[in-house]
Amino acid sequence: MGHALTHAAMEPARLLATDLACRRGERLLFRGVSFALEPGEALQVTGPNGAGKSSLLRILAGLLRPWAGTVERVGEVALLDERLALDGHLPLGRAFDFWSRIDGGGEPGKLRIGGLDRLADVPVRFLSTGQRKRAAIMVSNGHGAGIWLLDEPLNGLDTDAAADFQTQLRGWLRLGGIAVIASHQPFELVEPRRLAIESYAP
Amino acid sequence: MSAFAALLRRDLAQLFGGAGRGATLLPVLFFIAVAMLFPFAVGPEPELLARTGGGVIWVAALLASILPLDRLLARDVERGFFDQLYLRGIAEELVVAVRLLAHWLSFGPPLMLAAIPAAALLGLDGATLRTVELGLLAGTPGLAAIGLIIAALTVGMRSGAALSGLLLIPLAVPLLVFGAGALATGGDAGLALTAAISLLLVAITPFAGGAAIRAARES
Repeated sequence: MGHALTHAAMEPARLLATDLACRRGERLLFRGVSFALEPGEALQVTGPNGAGKSSLLRILAGLLRPWAGTVERVGEVALLDERLALDGHLPLGRAFDFWSRIDGGGEPGKLRIGGLDRLADVPVRFLSTGQRKRAAIMVSNGHGAGIWLLDEPLNGLDTDAAADFQTQLRGWLRLGGIAVIASHQPFELVEPRRLAIESYAP
Repeated sequence: MSAFAALLRRDLAQLFGGAGRGATLLPVLFFIAVAMLFPFAVGPEPELLARTGGGVIWVAALLASILPLDRLLARDVERGFFDQLYLRGIAEELVVAVRLLAHWLSFGPPLMLAAIPAAALLGLDGATLRTVELGLLAGTPGLAAIGLIIAALTVGMRSGAALSGLLLIPLAVPLLVFGAGALATGGDAGLALTAAISLLLVAITPFAGGAAIRAARES
């Protein structure tokens, strides 16, 4: 899964969350969430459905305002969620060209994704769940951000692809990346810190 | 390539081909169909058609501008395009401004072209056609802007498509009054006012649209 994971020179990143609280509608999902992540560190967020894992990631990304607390980010942020920001009617290669142009990632027309490049002519809407996930992983950090927020990154991936992704993520962390991973599945990382979101429920 | 060029390229490809293949043609066909049906409905007297035809073209243009609204923004928000662009430091305002330009290009000039056969169907003379064309040139950017603001405001709504049509009609009344009014008075004042309203709408659209899309994230 090539290029997003092998940015050699990464800006020093930092992610600091202080006393975060999140309210959706009338419900307070969590409060008092604080942590600090330095380059190379990963945080795995666990918790039952609806506990606020995805909301926490969106708050960390700056897409959602926290009900209380602050987030400090140094470096760019990437977010992988269940959506795939590619045009469904276009072949995968051409759909990717849009993000290559936005990210200034060199010449369009060239896919640099291991295992996905042979799908370049397949319209995005015909991709399988796992293929979509792999494409979404590539889109999410095409801009080479140092902070990567991953919402259920292994969902839909087969055993090989999941193992491959975890290996590559470990390598990416060694280069100085910061990852926050919301996942039900056990995630093989060197020293993941864990945050059980349900224990922050009010 | 700059973000602006990349966005415009994708928007134009989307609106002129691709997903909605032929969808750009639909407002134009709708527009001509209205001009064609009108003489059947009110009778073929040339005098009547010449007096009312310009106004009919305006109403047809207004209704035609409703058709593309549901695919302007909602799909991109659902697929997370706006979130991914935001994370890359590209403001919603820029995305909306580019979308406005692409949206106008996909329906303003085609409508102005279609006004020529429509004028022939209604038996309008050259001077009236000129006023209609100038009015459309001044008014369609405003119609596009209203459409985009409404598309942004209804982004998270389930029945946004039906609602947006209803919302556009009252908001477009000032454009219609001055744009079609220029036909009756024959003066340029109506055209100037139409252009002024359009300019104002075009100027606020990126900010209103951007704010609406950000607000939809919180819901």
